[in-house]
Amino acid sequence: MRGRRRLPRPLIELTATIVAGLAAGALLVFAFGHDPIRAYRALFVGAFGSVQDVLETLAFATPLMLTALTFAVGVRAGLFNIGAEGQMYVGAVGAIAVAGLIPLPPGVHLAAATAAGMVAGGLWAVVPALLKVTRGVHEVISTIMTNWIAFYLSTYLALGFLTGAGRGDSTRPALPTARYPVLTEDATLTAVIFVAVAFCLAVYLYLWGTRAGYELRLAGENPEAARYAGVNAAGVTVMSFVIGGLAAGLAGASQIIGRPPAWALYATLGNVVTLGFDGIGVALVGRNHPLGGVLAAFLFGALAHGGRLMEYQAGVPSELVRALNGLIVMTLAVPELWTLLRRRFAR
Amino acid sequence: MTARRRAGTALLVAGAVALFASLLQRLGLGPISLLEAGLLAMTPLALAAVGECLNEKAGVVNIGLEGIFMISAVAGVWTAEVFSSGLAGLAGGGLVGALVGAALGAISVYGRADQIIAGMGLNIFALGFIPFLLISLWAFPGIHLFPNELMVPRWFTPLGQISPVTVGAVAVAVLAHLLLHRTVLGFRIKAVGERPEAVDVAGLRVDRLRLFTSTLGGALAGIGGAFLPLGWFGALVKEISAGRGFIALACVVFAGLEPMLALGAALLFGFADGFASAVAVTPGVKERIPFYFVSMIPYITTLVVVALVIGQRRFPRTVGRPYARE
Repeated sequence: MRGRRRLPRPLIELTATIVAGLAAGALLVFAFGHDPIRAYRALFVGAFGSVQDVLETLAFATPLMLTALTFAVGVRAGLFNIGAEGQMYVGAVGAIAVAGLIPLPPGVHLAAATAAGMVAGGLWAVVPALLKVTRGVHEVISTIMTNWIAFYLSTYLALGFLTGAGRGDSTRPALPTARYPVLTEDATLTAVIFVAVAFCLAVYLYLWGTRAGYELRLAGENPEAARYAGVNAAGVTVMSFVIGGLAAGLAGASQIIGRPPAWALYATLGNVVTLGFDGIGVALVGRNHPLGGVLAAFLFGALAHGGRLMEYQAGVPSELVRALNGLIVMTLAVPELWTLLRRRFAR
Repeated sequence: MTARRRAGTALLVAGAVALFASLLQRLGLGPISLLEAGLLAMTPLALAAVGECLNEKAGVVNIGLEGIFMISAVAGVWTAEVFSSGLAGLAGGGLVGALVGAALGAISVYGRADQIIAGMGLNIFALGFIPFLLISLWAFPGIHLFPNELMVPRWFTPLGQISPVTVGAVAVAVLAHLLLHRTVLGFRIKAVGERPEAVDVAGLRVDRLRLFTSTLGGALAGIGGAFLPLGWFGALVKEISAGRGFIALACVVFAGLEPMLALGAALLFGFADGFASAVAVTPGVKERIPFYFVSMIPYITTLVVVALVIGQRRFPRTVGRPYARE
């Protein structure tokens, strides 16, 4: 995003981007012998076909708006933090440790488990932040390395210290006092979505309503000017990583104490894995804005939830959805496409 | 300061390696098997890193190496099965890698894309496309086992088994060094990264040079990706690259875009990676250290080495930026 000029009519462009991504996906679906129209119809019906489906889509969107926030805050500070993945794993472990091991009174327990997840994610994010500030290690490399270290550490902790009695496939479940209330009987949506949206709103208010937030954005947009204005670059770096880590940690917690039926972390980390990377696409579609991310997460949540019906009805592997996300991101990266489009339309 | 510091670090690393080796000997892991594992692990890193050095010298960054690794691993196994030959598989992986590299290069050069985001898009795409491909091609998710005959044959030497691809990777690094510092094309590549406007004025095509290095880099990464299943693991799993594309990028940063130094970095990180693979299967060791901690070794090593050594490196002036005629 650095140095890219702001484009008018962002909504038209985003729509065009998404359409381009979907069209490329249709080609893939077709190339591997499936029917694209059938696949996309199932995808759409799966995502929005009924009230339950919309609620389920929202449940899928919840972690994505948070991991998108991780990336977005990084970009706002001029950083390319792709560590949401690992921060989320560690957050999930932190949440389940408190939710599953420490009995506490209701209410307090929920808050404590949520906080544990967030703090764990935040602390994990401090590592690449410090490496960046003290040693100049590029965050793309350090966050990928910490993602993998987090993967093995979390698997180790999940299997070694948090396993449920008699089961090897997941950790012990969160105690009922540490679970977010389920909103309806028919969907896995819980009240954790309110916490997620509130966190995004809080970060928005921080970035655009406080001096520290202004400094963070200034450092990202114009490091020179920020230096002249006396902005502490190291402080901004650490701050943006910590906010991102808190968000990713909350995302991890949301999948454990905010998502039935497991209320636990699978031993393979299967119920959190790749949500951090998906957040990058969500953030870019949401224009690296905390609230844009909330809306974009709804779209990506729809793809993720609808993908399940697509797999079931049209036989197209639901993983295609993630390939679509990548195609959308690649299309978004190409500003020249818009110049071309505009010229075509201007004619 | 850098030369002295680099020498000091190298000495430190050599000492640590020697210490490790003696320790492992006592645990029952011989230096030969460690050397074998280290060289195997070095190979894909070296190929991808050397290609990316050339690419970045010309001013284009490809952080989609991880994605190319993944895609070409599948493409390589598929080609190997079609042609019943591991070497054909390597070629297939290289070809697909070249195509992806060219596509990414075209997006960067003609689309004036944000290269970091485009590369990340490629990685995310691969993350979903690989399981999709595995199911579409072999109707089985996550893993695909192919016949053992398709493995690229290794040479038996007194120092253990060595893959010809490893030798090829070393040769590629040497050739890249010579190309960059001894040929006209090499000077042009360096010039296009530093002063594309001057290259343009001199009547050379900036776009073609950059597209060429992107394609070349993609091809080398593609061979490296196909090497993972066909030359090393003997199986295809969806997480096959496991961050190695980013470790290759760390090699590039470490090397300051010098192919020979990138080879050295690949050797270092390869040893960390090979060490982990070797320890994970060594009786006597695997019972003592949890597998999860062993698996962290290459990533921790990369982090620590990059943090210790990097400091300030000078990159081509226009690296990561699209070129536009004024």
